[in-house]
Amino acid sequence: MTSAVPKGWVGSSVARREDPRLLTGRGRFVDDIHLPGMLHAQFVRSTVAHGVVTGVDLSETLRVPGVVAAYTAADLEMGDIVAELDRPLTEFVPTAMPVLARDRVRYVGEPIAIVIAKDPYTVEDGIEAAKVTYEVRPPVLSDQQALAQGAPLVHDEATANTLVDVSMFATEGIDAVFAGAHQVVRVQTSTPRQNALPLETRGAVAEWDAREEQLLVRTCTQTPHQVRTVMAGCLGLDERTVRVVVPDMGGGFGQKCVVGREEIAVGAACLRLRRPVKWIEDRRDALSASFLAREQRYDARAAFDAEGRILALDADVVCDMGAYSCYPFTAGIEPLMASAEMPGVYRVPAYRVRGRAVTTNKAPTAPYRGVSRPQIVMVMERLFERAARELDMDPVEIRRRNLITEFPYTGVNGVTYDPGSYLESLDLCEKVLKEEGWYERKDTAAAEGRFLGIGYSCFSERTGYGTAAFAKRKMAVVPGFDIAEIRMDLSGGVTVTTGTMSHGQSHETTLAQIAADRLGLDLAQVKIHQGDTDRVTYGFGTFASRSATIGGSAVARAAAKLADRLLTLGAHLLDTTPDEVELGPGRVRRCDDHDRSVSFADLADVAYLKAHLLPKGADPGLTATATFDVQGDGTFSNAAHGVVVELHPGTGQVEILRYVCVEDCGVAIHPQVVEGQARGGIAQGIAGALFEQVTYDEQGEPSCASFIDYKVPTAMEIPDIAIHHLETPCAFTEGGAKGAGEGGTIGAPAAVLNSVNDALRRTGVELDDTPIRPATVLLALTPVGVPA
Amino acid sequence: MSEKLLISLTVNGTRHDDLVVESRHTLVDVLRHQIGLTGTHVGCEHGVCGACTVLLDGAPVRACLIFAAQAEGRDVRTVESLAPEGEMNDLQRAFSAHHGLQCGFCTPGFLMLAEGFLAERPDPDRAEIREVVASNLCRCTGYQTIVDAIESCARERRCGAGETR
Amino acid sequence: MKPASFTYHRARDVTGAVGLLAELGEDAKFIAGGQSLVAMMNFRLARPAHLVDLTGLSRELAYVRRAGDALRIGALATHHEVETAPAERLGPGFGVLSEAMRWLGHLPIRTRGTIGGSLAHGDATAEWCLLAVLLGAEIVVVGLDGRRVIPAEEFFHGFFSTALDPAELIVEVVFPRPAPHAALTEFAERSGDFATVAAAVTLDVQRATPCDGAPVGGGVRGGRVVLGGVAPAPLRIPEAEAVLAGGGTFAECAEAAASAIDPPSDANGSADYRRALTRTLVVRACEEAMAR
Repeated sequence: MTSAVPKGWVGSSVARREDPRLLTGRGRFVDDIHLPGMLHAQFVRSTVAHGVVTGVDLSETLRVPGVVAAYTAADLEMGDIVAELDRPLTEFVPTAMPVLARDRVRYVGEPIAIVIAKDPYTVEDGIEAAKVTYEVRPPVLSDQQALAQGAPLVHDEATANTLVDVSMFATEGIDAVFAGAHQVVRVQTSTPRQNALPLETRGAVAEWDAREEQLLVRTCTQTPHQVRTVMAGCLGLDERTVRVVVPDMGGGFGQKCVVGREEIAVGAACLRLRRPVKWIEDRRDALSASFLAREQRYDARAAFDAEGRILALDADVVCDMGAYSCYPFTAGIEPLMASAEMPGVYRVPAYRVRGRAVTTNKAPTAPYRGVSRPQIVMVMERLFERAARELDMDPVEIRRRNLITEFPYTGVNGVTYDPGSYLESLDLCEKVLKEEGWYERKDTAAAEGRFLGIGYSCFSERTGYGTAAFAKRKMAVVPGFDIAEIRMDLSGGVTVTTGTMSHGQSHETTLAQIAADRLGLDLAQVKIHQGDTDRVTYGFGTFASRSATIGGSAVARAAAKLADRLLTLGAHLLDTTPDEVELGPGRVRRCDDHDRSVSFADLADVAYLKAHLLPKGADPGLTATATFDVQGDGTFSNAAHGVVVELHPGTGQVEILRYVCVEDCGVAIHPQVVEGQARGGIAQGIAGALFEQVTYDEQGEPSCASFIDYKVPTAMEIPDIAIHHLETPCAFTEGGAKGAGEGGTIGAPAAVLNSVNDALRRTGVELDDTPIRPATVLLALTPVGVPA
Repeated sequence: MSEKLLISLTVNGTRHDDLVVESRHTLVDVLRHQIGLTGTHVGCEHGVCGACTVLLDGAPVRACLIFAAQAEGRDVRTVESLAPEGEMNDLQRAFSAHHGLQCGFCTPGFLMLAEGFLAERPDPDRAEIREVVASNLCRCTGYQTIVDAIESCARERRCGAGETR
Repeated sequence: MKPASFTYHRARDVTGAVGLLAELGEDAKFIAGGQSLVAMMNFRLARPAHLVDLTGLSRELAYVRRAGDALRIGALATHHEVETAPAERLGPGFGVLSEAMRWLGHLPIRTRGTIGGSLAHGDATAEWCLLAVLLGAEIVVVGLDGRRVIPAEEFFHGFFSTALDPAELIVEVVFPRPAPHAALTEFAERSGDFATVAAAVTLDVQRATPCDGAPVGGGVRGGRVVLGGVAPAPLRIPEAEAVLAGGGTFAECAEAAASAIDPPSDANGSADYRRALTRTLVVRACEEAMAR
């Protein structure tokens, strides 16, 4: 018996099956849902960054014609959202995030009351009419303020405003290594608070399904089951009484992989009113009151020998996580990721790290594409660049001497890296830029007094975090595995349900490619279904580049199981034994005589409608379920990025002249989709390096409540990006795929920063902080003594 | 109290004479929630992201920055007009072929932007296309494949026009 | 982000529009393209009780035409109509207007926004505001008391404030004479954004001097320099103009401009950064103007 089918769909950039509906305006996003009798909700939000709510007066709100209801926390019985780590109090302080603020408010934009009205315009009239009084407290607005002696406390239980303080590694004798090293370099850097900024804002429509006795919540989330779990918990319902369904989704990038307070409040209001309630976050709220990310500060040192080999790494990481821990990841998401992954692609013999999450009076944070790895890669790559300068070495050569080249490699961080192409990708990246003549152009430019620079980053990205990897982080909720169910219908085609949740990643196409190959089906005969908690037992959705590796493997296994059932049944109907048959296109056939075959439709006909013809003891139906989890440390995609920039002395503008990405995500299921993920990720990385920053005034009022102030780059700022593929298949995912969702974002800031610093080389200025604003560059380019 | 107005719009060739709207209703909300054409999306409501771009008398405009009453008697085209029979037009096919969309939320805005632009300027170079693509925001693609798609569609249209002449 | 309620009125002609606005009182506003106003209303940063829609006046007021030396632009002409106006209509002397439009937002903004709306809004970095001051435009407005002409230099009073009386309507902008050597340039971190600094220059160039081989600034006998983003309103810089008149170089002109201004510091840039941009952009605008 064999389920081997000639390779067909995987590896081919077939037309995306999502495209026709999305291109013709027939997609169905959450705001496209209209239900009879539907009401519209918005939130009265805190106007102060820190304080105690002394009064909420909704009487004027309720007098606005068309306003149906308005509730505070006291009006709706809702449990808090609590995210936990299994760590001692010295390492982690659990804090509760109430669905609506009870007494304390901890950031501008924090929801205090929900107002429900007949239409989306009237509800804003109601919001305007609400009166909230506060006893204002001094806000804590930066990590430094938070950690300062005598700082006001954001959460009374979190002394020193510290939610997480974990020293994950400390190699014995590391201080002696630093003391005896030929060269020690240091990088202090900070990265801006950013908004993951899916173009579709968050939103939910809740309705009570009286027949099913279920709260049906349609919401755009990357993690439908986690929303169900929290919704049920906060509202005191059984899980089976809540059904979460995800329609088409306009991006997420992490912002939608945590459970928001607003969707819970919408569920509660719906339960109370027994009418459908819709909430669509507007852009002002999305920019100022949604989940943010990325604001971190590093103080890192690295010790090197005279040949440029790294001897030790010591890092202090402080992440400004804002007002609350997010569910399920907690405020540990950024510092623990940074601590666990920092050595990256390099052979680092000694490592010490302290990672802290501090709480401040700013909107809370969620994972954002890449989670901490854009920063740790930036820090590592800056350390190597700085060491290369000190040791007068070529910056590419110093990396070569330190890259992991023998696999599997178990690092000082206890992580085992599966095979990748770390050296090969860097070599190719450099070769491309050399062959394109950029090094000559840089020299010519320098001779003309212009400022061209070439910068690299090389990195790996752990994809497919299994339960083992998340358990190491000591999360109370341990994501990791996923489940796929496959069922063949009477037409001989299949429906596959998975726990992953596409929001732009093309799963309807790529997961279908996997299933079609395993079963010898045409792509059109495979339907992928996601995002319905009633149809999948449990799943962890889509984040952390897990869907192709874990979800895809679960689909492959389920398909393989179904293939076995088809072969067994086919053999029976062909009067032979399973080892004498194989899968052909849409049928089971005898290995020795392909003309003797039975179609899947005929097999299904027997399995469902003529079950008396089944082999003795065989169950009717053609379904299979499989799970997949990554044992051990996951699989590592890798890439090298090379960037050429020119700095314009008149304006300080950083112009990207060339961007080359050499990426290796194992077997590419759909190369065009992989390239799309890389390009889109790089665009977000460039955005963080050069443009985007959420800022606040001294009172904690967000200064970026519009796209005028939060500068998402356009097509004029993002250059064309050349992508080259290498392929080191993963040995333990089904099909050899590794994740591809985050690499672009991870590699871009470091490469951009290094190229800017290369261009600045003759000025003697080095920049370590992002975003690199033109004014900073202009200042760096202005000779001392000349006013800028 | 919100004032109600009776307005008339021609949308995708169909005349709607009986639209009762509030004066404050934006064109995009009327298209989506009253006429039921949800293909046009709302991304920022302050005219920057371009997800709501439609054609007003053939010109690309932000439907979030126009009150529906201001469009009285005028001709509006939305993404739904590009494939009236369900068959994608050449621009839509080019977006698919070049992977010019991922989540698809911004896509209708880019399609209508490109339709309006190419109708006025059938022979743009890549730099001009890029400048126009910069009108709208996309968070998924990095824009390159959107530029590719529009460039390819424009080229095909020129070839097609050349053949038929 | 939905606007507050208002009452909508459609104007049928200029007199009616002005009369209606006067009758409706202070909480009434005209709306033309609405590209700034509607955004502000969606944020509820503006909440007029009445809007008087000028769309119906487009047939009357959306024109771009030459009248002798002058170029007359109807207040409801869109930015895009100017951008795409045939060269023969603008003539060589007004190319700066159509070319400056590429700096103004993006295509879908330019197809709606109008010259009259932009001037009435009075943003200190707005291209039309700079161009009007640069070219000595006459802004023709109609109020209850009839028509009056406001020189552009007297029109902008400060932060989003103009010489318009509440019930006055801009009907036309007259650019009195050609400016064959004029240019506008800007810098913003992101394309299409409001400029951090915008510089517009028109040069009085001695015709006998050919561009090729001439020293930088050669043949320039004077000119006008206007900056945006450095003050609450578009600002003429006499100090920089004096340098041009005195035969100084473009760099000297730019330096004089940078020294003369007292720009604000905000999220888009510090005063120092704006001064540095001024140095760059004035030179750039001068060179572009010279090259025409």
